[in-house]
Amino acid sequence: MTDTTNSYNMPDERGHFGPYGGIFIAETLIPAVEELQTAYDQYMTDPDFMAELDKDFQHYVGRPSPLYHAERWSKELGGAQIYLKREDLNHTGAHKINNTIGQILLAKRMGKTRIIAETGAGQHGVATATVCARLGLECVVYMGAVDIARQALNVYRMQLLGAKVVSVSSGSKTLKDALNEAIRDWVTNVDNTFYIIGTVAGPAPYPEMVREFQAIIGREAREQCLTQAGKLPDALIACIGGGSNAIGLFHPFINDTDVKMFGVEAAGDGIETGRHSAAICAGRPGVLHGNRTYLIEDDDGEIIETHSISAGLDYPGVGPEHAWLNDIGRADYVSVTDEEALEGFHALTKLEGIIPALESSHAMAYTLKLAPTMKTDEIIIVNLSGRGDKDMHTMAEREGIKI
Amino acid sequence: MSRLETVFADFKKTGRKALIPFVTAGDPNPEFTVPLMHAMVEAGADIIELGVPFSDPMADGPVIQRASERALAHKMSLRRTLKIAAEFRQTNQTTPIVLMGYANPVEAMGYEAFADAANKAGIDGVLTVDLPPEEAADCAALLNTHNIDQIFLLAPNSAESRIKKMDAVGSGFLYYVSVKGITGAGHLDTADVERKLQLIRANTKIPVAIGFGIKEAETAKTISAFGDAVVVGSALISKVEANLDNPEKAKKEIIDLLQSMRTAMDEQV
Repeated sequence: MTDTTNSYNMPDERGHFGPYGGIFIAETLIPAVEELQTAYDQYMTDPDFMAELDKDFQHYVGRPSPLYHAERWSKELGGAQIYLKREDLNHTGAHKINNTIGQILLAKRMGKTRIIAETGAGQHGVATATVCARLGLECVVYMGAVDIARQALNVYRMQLLGAKVVSVSSGSKTLKDALNEAIRDWVTNVDNTFYIIGTVAGPAPYPEMVREFQAIIGREAREQCLTQAGKLPDALIACIGGGSNAIGLFHPFINDTDVKMFGVEAAGDGIETGRHSAAICAGRPGVLHGNRTYLIEDDDGEIIETHSISAGLDYPGVGPEHAWLNDIGRADYVSVTDEEALEGFHALTKLEGIIPALESSHAMAYTLKLAPTMKTDEIIIVNLSGRGDKDMHTMAEREGIKI
Repeated sequence: MSRLETVFADFKKTGRKALIPFVTAGDPNPEFTVPLMHAMVEAGADIIELGVPFSDPMADGPVIQRASERALAHKMSLRRTLKIAAEFRQTNQTTPIVLMGYANPVEAMGYEAFADAANKAGIDGVLTVDLPPEEAADCAALLNTHNIDQIFLLAPNSAESRIKKMDAVGSGFLYYVSVKGITGAGHLDTADVERKLQLIRANTKIPVAIGFGIKEAETAKTISAFGDAVVVGSALISKVEANLDNPEKAKKEIIDLLQSMRTAMDEQV
């Protein structure tokens, strides 16, 4: 049950999670984040806004998403009972829509007419293009040239939805560079443009705001677990790129101190190779993209190019709240390699008939390790944050198959 | 009196305005920068802004981004930028140097170590694009104890309350970003700049430098009337980029542009 003597109350009024978070942005963007903070504070306590959000969650996204007891997989691993939070069943196929629905409703109330977003795997871009199509707002999505090549299907989806996808060819040509370019757009078009950031990062209030929109995942999962299993879970597992699906699952459990939390970072080819995206496991604190957090950087503070088989985890930072939860020991951050993620991918596909996204496959891979170490009456909730359809091309190519 | 105060105090008497060239340290190679700095002073530069290369320069346009990439390819860093400044200081003790860059290289070095190293290298001011006053208190205090000014920015959309805030926390000079956008932007509206500077002037006595989008002598002349200094960056770095096979030609073109700006600005007085 909730331990009220240990109630968690982050961020502080200046958007800090301990030393992390904050507003590390250029002066031109200060009025924009102040305006956003004011609107966010106003509407998150506005019953009309919350009612509209709830309605869209239910009828447009398809919430609540099921909490599915993966009995066959649990039996196979011989340990904990594994429950999957089925965010893959949301409209557009991932948890990302929870956040874009929330932010676009805010943008509409703020009178913004132009929406920009960055995307890695393309899921956030698709979720943004989707809500823009629905509200008839101009939408520009920045995407690294490398990611455009490996997520061609999502690029086409965004274009069908009427979004302009801008290829970013600077730096490593992946998610971080797409973020840089989106920030450049924002600073140039700040008067009419709302920047829908896709994860729990960026300047305050984004990490808190995105968390609040994603926390529907954990609120539902907590209630569903109590109903279906009669008790709270013993552990939560979620993959971490920026960490929005993880914080969405974790946050409503944060005062349930008996519930362990595991964030799974992408170790890529292995942390020892230097080709990975494990910011907490292998990085150190620094400042990038508007907040202080763990970063993958060299001794001079230059950001190093990252690697992961999954485009959505291929990012050198992590949401500042995860940095804080790591430092205070409330959550454990671990990593799995590309190879291990593929084992998780195949396990879920073959045993449960569910094809997970490569991002979510990292959470599955850690489940393969953790579940057998637990008792059969213990429960793990794993966030199945997205479906794997978008990754068919990558998987087929890896296995030498032409489709 | 600090070197920055000296420059602005002298100019206050004569009515001249300061010319501040920006160059990225180590672009196109580390050997190019110190001789260029000396040549720019001879051409009429009053303060030098030395760009610290960063892997993710979010406030910069493509020209300065590529300059950063060229410098980083030569393993340029904050530490090596400070070495360049120190080398310049060996033969020039009067021209102020302002470092311009992003927070993360400073975070990586540590604020205290950075303030100490910057002081020893003869740095006079530090402008960190992504360190607004909300996050700059610790850094600014450390810099001040090492006799270095933290330079803050103002933007076209900065409200009067924000200008008053900068007046309270700023020192050295304030940098007015003359367009909403990134460095090298192409849509400078001089009438807007004039209006905004009236508001800024009414709220602060700290000298104001104006930069972003100033590319040629006529604009520099017009803009210089509104503030205390004019910053030119991308227009100079374009010369480097256009002459990568011939850095000496790049240097000459940079000097020619600065001299034409100097002459035009002095006509204004």
